[in-house]
Amino acid sequence: MGITITNISKSFEQVNALNNISFDVKKGELFGLIGPDGAGKTTLFRILTTLLIANEGSATVSGFDVLTDYKSIRKSVGYMPGRFSLYQDLTVEENLRFFATIFGTTIEENYDLIKDIYVQIEPFKNRRAGKLSGGMKQKLALSCALIHKPDVLFLDEPTTGVDAVSRKEFWEMLKRLQLKGITMLVSTPYMDEAALCDRIALIQDGHILEIDTPEAIVNRYPKTIFNVRAHNMYQLIDSLKSYEHQYSVYPFGEFVHYSDQRNDFNKEELRQYLRSKNLSEIHIEKTQPTIEDTFMELAK
Amino acid sequence: MNNNKVIEAQKLSKMFGNFTAVNAITFEVEKGEIFGFLGANGAGKTTAMKMLIGISKPTSGKAKVAGFDVFTHAEDIKKNIGYMSQKFALYDDLTVKENITFFGGIYGLSRVRIKEKSKELIDDLGLQEVASQLVGSLPLGWKQKISFSVALLHEPKIVFLDEPTGGVDPITRRQFWEMIYKAADKGTTIFVTTHYMDEAEYCDRVSIMVNGKIEALDTPKKLKEQFKAESMNDVFLKLARNPSPSISKGNGAKTAVN
Amino acid sequence: MKRFIGFIKKEFYHIFRDRRSLFILFGMPIAQILLFGFAITNEINNVDIAILDHSKDATTEEIINKISASKYFTIKQMVTRETEIASVFQKGQVKAVLNFEKDFSKNLIKEHKATVQIITDATDPNTANTISNYVNAILKQYQKQLNKDINILYQIIPETRMVYNPELKGVYMFVPGVMTIILMLVSAMMTSISITREKELGTMEILLVSPLKPFQVIIGKVFPYIFLSIINAVIIVLLSIFIFNMPVQGSLLLLGLESVLFIISSLALGILISTISASQQTAMMISLMGLMLPVILLSGFIFPISSMPYLLQVISNIIPAKWFIIILKGIMLKGVGLQFIWKETLILLGMTVFFIALSVKKYKIRLE
Repeated sequence: MGITITNISKSFEQVNALNNISFDVKKGELFGLIGPDGAGKTTLFRILTTLLIANEGSATVSGFDVLTDYKSIRKSVGYMPGRFSLYQDLTVEENLRFFATIFGTTIEENYDLIKDIYVQIEPFKNRRAGKLSGGMKQKLALSCALIHKPDVLFLDEPTTGVDAVSRKEFWEMLKRLQLKGITMLVSTPYMDEAALCDRIALIQDGHILEIDTPEAIVNRYPKTIFNVRAHNMYQLIDSLKSYEHQYSVYPFGEFVHYSDQRNDFNKEELRQYLRSKNLSEIHIEKTQPTIEDTFMELAK
Repeated sequence: MNNNKVIEAQKLSKMFGNFTAVNAITFEVEKGEIFGFLGANGAGKTTAMKMLIGISKPTSGKAKVAGFDVFTHAEDIKKNIGYMSQKFALYDDLTVKENITFFGGIYGLSRVRIKEKSKELIDDLGLQEVASQLVGSLPLGWKQKISFSVALLHEPKIVFLDEPTGGVDPITRRQFWEMIYKAADKGTTIFVTTHYMDEAEYCDRVSIMVNGKIEALDTPKKLKEQFKAESMNDVFLKLARNPSPSISKGNGAKTAVN
Repeated sequence: MKRFIGFIKKEFYHIFRDRRSLFILFGMPIAQILLFGFAITNEINNVDIAILDHSKDATTEEIINKISASKYFTIKQMVTRETEIASVFQKGQVKAVLNFEKDFSKNLIKEHKATVQIITDATDPNTANTISNYVNAILKQYQKQLNKDINILYQIIPETRMVYNPELKGVYMFVPGVMTIILMLVSAMMTSISITREKELGTMEILLVSPLKPFQVIIGKVFPYIFLSIINAVIIVLLSIFIFNMPVQGSLLLLGLESVLFIISSLALGILISTISASQQTAMMISLMGLMLPVILLSGFIFPISSMPYLLQVISNIIPAKWFIIILKGIMLKGVGLQFIWKETLILLGMTVFFIALSVKKYKIRLE
């Protein structure tokens, strides 16, 4: 009885934010909505949390219809909208107590649910929320969204603008929460986080590109990808892009992900070519595609 | 004075009352370098950057940016650098052309020069179709690219980029970095902060701030060797632990980024 | 219920932790009342006047003495020729010139009438009016004194008495007006800002996706301001009683109840404003421009409604402040009871109910 989304479309004035979106989130699943800014993630979240009405289509959350049963949904979901919407001038503890109270519960009642998260910020419980760093605000916002033991948790870009360490810790917390049976729909622009979800939906410009488990999506990548490295990244990219057989050339950290148009691609040929372009320390090796590769391929 | 160094910082510090946000950092950046400035939230990155771009006065230490002293010639610094941030990019309710003209004016470019640069920019980015459209109607990725070019209008020696690719789609992100490479190739120094660890790999050298201090500074390759890590992500995880609950160090303090 | 109380608690935290709102809530009203009370007075004191006395006899001397002795006037100089009058005004040295005709005493005795010209500088028409009234009063007094001894029959001598405010004390007029404005501004503006702040910060989203019912949110937002506005009203009344010596003639209880009614109507307006504003700044601007300005101009606070063009008079009827000022003046200055102001009270009540209903209807339960 998780989340069902059927043919949802939404437009604002002239912009089509969402185009015929359909997918389901199973109960207890950790589902990722992966896509860049402007893809439509926030709009979809707002429709599911009953804050906006779709132009077309229908959706249910925990079995309740978002249109006719919105009150029931509002009582039972946890929502963490973008920008860590906390009360900046209330302390950590006051924030938590406030959210507990308006949901008709107390901090003590569901403390075990948030304990792992809250202990990290508890030393600061009397500090104003506005004076916390990004990672801390994130943890507090999550605690506030969980304090009433929701069935479904909506997290809209909870890791945006936060450093890599906090991001990692945050996802570890989500994994632990999943063990407690909470259904979670998380949106993020960070493709590497996609791998941590049970299933993901890739979304761009209001369209779903693909929905499946991260492994399945990656396995469907049509081409073989090679990690290529040389002594100068910029020149390498330039050279590869002017190579007549290139299919895709994308920098990925210290390597460039290269795929060739031909199926019987010969590494040595490429190596010669690169040498002729005055590149040295050349390294070419087959590698696994990532979600990001798939995304870029689908978004083309 | 060595002309090759675009940034020279010696024991640069910033204190807010009892709290030390930036603790005596010392480093140099050379001309044409792509320098990555990393750190966890609350580590002091933003505060350090504000001092370097001349909008915050250091408490102690010395620093020169583009040859100008940050204490005595902050205004000259501002004139000789480019700055781009996610928050302060372009005016949404002006067109692309109007934005370029406006910022060109602010940087003191002559009308003729603005016209030249405007055409160059629009051609380079292929914006002919949208040049007269309001910037607010453009996708984020385009805005970031235009923003970057605008920061380079007056051909500054060094450009400071504050998380320029946050939330941008992966293809545009790479196009953006190609623009960075091009600019560095032409001799512009790039000082960039980012939360994307793969972008850290694109830099010539990277520094990582932890609790106000620079705990690591080297090329990505050497850092990975030093910390026995497979990727910059791992280096970062090993080094920049999230501000731990030792209140006396003032951790968990407010950063302007958030 | 507990939810509701939790919500109200939070609202109080916000108010007391934001120095700016505290300043507006308490500092501004006090400052305004004091400023208005002391600085803007309609009365006159030590006004410089000049005298042109063509007669220079016993009568004119007596009159001049009376004028000089009053605290309202200071005789700055004696003018000797008519031609000097223009220059003395031009130089701005005096605000009025009294011109006694030749043979003043003789004419008074022989023909039972003498003329004195009161020339006032009407670039400030209000003051000019007041000056001429005061001089007239002094003259009439003197005339009465003269006539005591002489038997003149059937003389109808108009007597003007300024009832309730014999000295035309400015404060009496301003305290009700300023009180109205402050209560309205503080209630409407602060409420609208408080609600739009939630929208701006994004916390409104969370409040919506929660079991809190819309009316709980509205009442919760409004409740602290009712409370604080009442405190403000009390402070203003205390200030006017003890610092301006303007006592409240009527029932304090009635004053309190009517004030609460008006406060609620302003709060409802504040909620309405918040439903059409997306940002705090917009809310503030609308409150200031859309409420304060019309209230100052059309409520009878400064400019009498009866002297306005008909259309404006009609418009002024829809401004709650207008009715409240009438009520306030009634209770504070005239000391009347409910039986004399029931009509205005009913109108105000009707308006309040209307605003509340409208704002409840317009309150958005969704983001669009």
